[in-house]
Amino acid sequence: MKTYTGATLLRTLLERQGIHTIAGIPGGAILPFYDALHGSRIRHVLARHEQGAGFIAQGMARVTGHAAVCVATSGPGATNLLTAIADARLDSVPLVAITGQVPQPLIGTDAFQEVDTYGLTLPITKHNFLVRSAAELLEVVPLAFQLAESGRPGPVLIDVPKDVLNARIDVAGLPERGHRTSVAWCPDEPIEQLATLLVGCERPVLYLGGGVIGAGAAELARTLAQRLNAPVVATLMALGAMEHDDPLFMGMLGMHGGKGTNLLLQEADLVLAVGARFDDRATGKVAEFCPRAMIAHIDIDRAEIGKIKTTALGLQGDAADILRRLVAQLPDAPARPAWRRRAMDLKVKHPLHCPAPAHHPLHPLNVIRELGRQLPEDAIVTTDVGQHQMWVAQAYPFRQPRTLLTSGGLGTMGFGLPAAIGAALAAPDRRVVCVSGDGSILMNVQELATLAELQLPVAIVLFNNSNLGLVRQQQELFYGGRYEASRFAHAPDFAAVARAFGLRGVRLDREGDPLAQLAAALAERGPCLIDVPIDDQANVYPMVPPGAANLQTITAPELELATAHE
Amino acid sequence: MAPALEPSHGHAAKAVLELRVRNHPGTMSHITGLFARRAFNLEAIACAPVGDGATSAMLLLVANEPRLEQVVRQLERLYDVLSVRPRSDLTPEFFTRWIHDGGER
Repeated sequence: MKTYTGATLLRTLLERQGIHTIAGIPGGAILPFYDALHGSRIRHVLARHEQGAGFIAQGMARVTGHAAVCVATSGPGATNLLTAIADARLDSVPLVAITGQVPQPLIGTDAFQEVDTYGLTLPITKHNFLVRSAAELLEVVPLAFQLAESGRPGPVLIDVPKDVLNARIDVAGLPERGHRTSVAWCPDEPIEQLATLLVGCERPVLYLGGGVIGAGAAELARTLAQRLNAPVVATLMALGAMEHDDPLFMGMLGMHGGKGTNLLLQEADLVLAVGARFDDRATGKVAEFCPRAMIAHIDIDRAEIGKIKTTALGLQGDAADILRRLVAQLPDAPARPAWRRRAMDLKVKHPLHCPAPAHHPLHPLNVIRELGRQLPEDAIVTTDVGQHQMWVAQAYPFRQPRTLLTSGGLGTMGFGLPAAIGAALAAPDRRVVCVSGDGSILMNVQELATLAELQLPVAIVLFNNSNLGLVRQQQELFYGGRYEASRFAHAPDFAAVARAFGLRGVRLDREGDPLAQLAAALAERGPCLIDVPIDDQANVYPMVPPGAANLQTITAPELELATAHE
Repeated sequence: MAPALEPSHGHAAKAVLELRVRNHPGTMSHITGLFARRAFNLEAIACAPVGDGATSAMLLLVANEPRLEQVVRQLERLYDVLSVRPRSDLTPEFFTRWIHDGGER
């Protein structure tokens, strides 16, 4: 029998769970837990805003695939975490968020820093707990990790009132740590049916989503594509599952996907979606998505099968397990030379339009390609949200799963910097680059202080056009060029901002050789911010207008001009 | 995968679902919150503890529409929901029998 307080018990259970780094900010209601952390082997990373702490934890979780922990106090601490929790929910990231709550006798009295954290997190967590006694922690903490990591991963919140943290409890034995539980086993029959469909069809396409990476099934998806001679398209969340230059890889589909990629899907007669959820940014107008194709869908979450698009064959289970069994029973598939040629033709005919680096070195796509040349294959790239995010998705040469960390579902500006800090904490031997924009970086700019304190090898490459670029682009294309609230009349000197926080700050000079300056800045050790002045008129092309079918692609005007002259 | 939900006979417009749920504060919020945020239709609820009170049985009156299958799958995703099954033997009148005539004045 050993005596704990709720706080020391919570700490002990986290230690037993194998947690070695957590991110958070202390405050009144959670202070007993911080006191218990004193002398613990758990390293606490002090963020400068709770949303930063949430995304630092997300960065760790997205790199490792294991649940990471963020901590905040009650009231504003908890509300500041919400965005990071909602973001984790939409991108299926395992996260355990721990919040302090006012003492139970004060709950419901509008006490200082009281907010209904349980109620607020109901719709954005996989599950949430309001802990009512120290004894409950013995069950709740392992269960939270089990739920966060099992099946389709997601965030779990544990709200702990201060009196629970302070309560004393005698514990006879500690519980087992929470483990990922096995997923419902997919029977053989649908796998056999799928194999028959895949061999029998003429124009198959594999449509990979983030679940392929979550399941560790990227290699198997590649093998399947090769066996079937089937071209592969990927969502934003699946980039890295295939090597960018694999001959079967058609790149990203959807709103900012390749025109050839979207055209190919129009012609497919069978689309096999794996760990993808038919998100509107991928499908465009659903009624016109893959109009000639029979849809087969492998997903860990049964609710995703048939949610958006009628599915001929749905297989629920672990993508790696299903793909392994599928590949094992596939006979030699037909060679499909015509279909492969068609895919290749579409790819060649609709390239990404990118002006020559010699003339436009600071065109965003040229900067991203230069980044790809400078960084090692296993470098981790985080992004914020906006034009720069789409340029990264289009042009960065991803080769490995979990090398792109990006806010896909929620589209959270401010994600990139703290996620990069988390990635660098989880993968200390790897290079981490945060590609951001001048709009996004300001949304969690305070985390520059955290980065300076930790001296992690994170480079921030800031695409600076003094605009909310993707908003400006939509106003140009769809709102008659009426630029309302998208232009920043006053732009900070970001290199100086970085220096003020204690980081190296560089601004590339348009007049010199900016790409060489970029390479030089990246070669130096330690964290830095590289301010890249880009053309404020540069748009992301191709673009499918929101709500339109993926066929209605707007391509780069320069490219249209070039084709018109042919 | 579980067999597809049988549409209930005779009352095409409405369906009754029986849920077995963990009985603790918050379960009802999880369920009603799901219906609200996914814009599913929820017309009536009846709920009572079962046995020692560790679980509750809950009956939901919902629209019998093509999305019903999706409603069931989303319910099954909730940790506090242990099982969901259709109750085609129950009619909407089950939920309205207790209402007195002339209640609205």
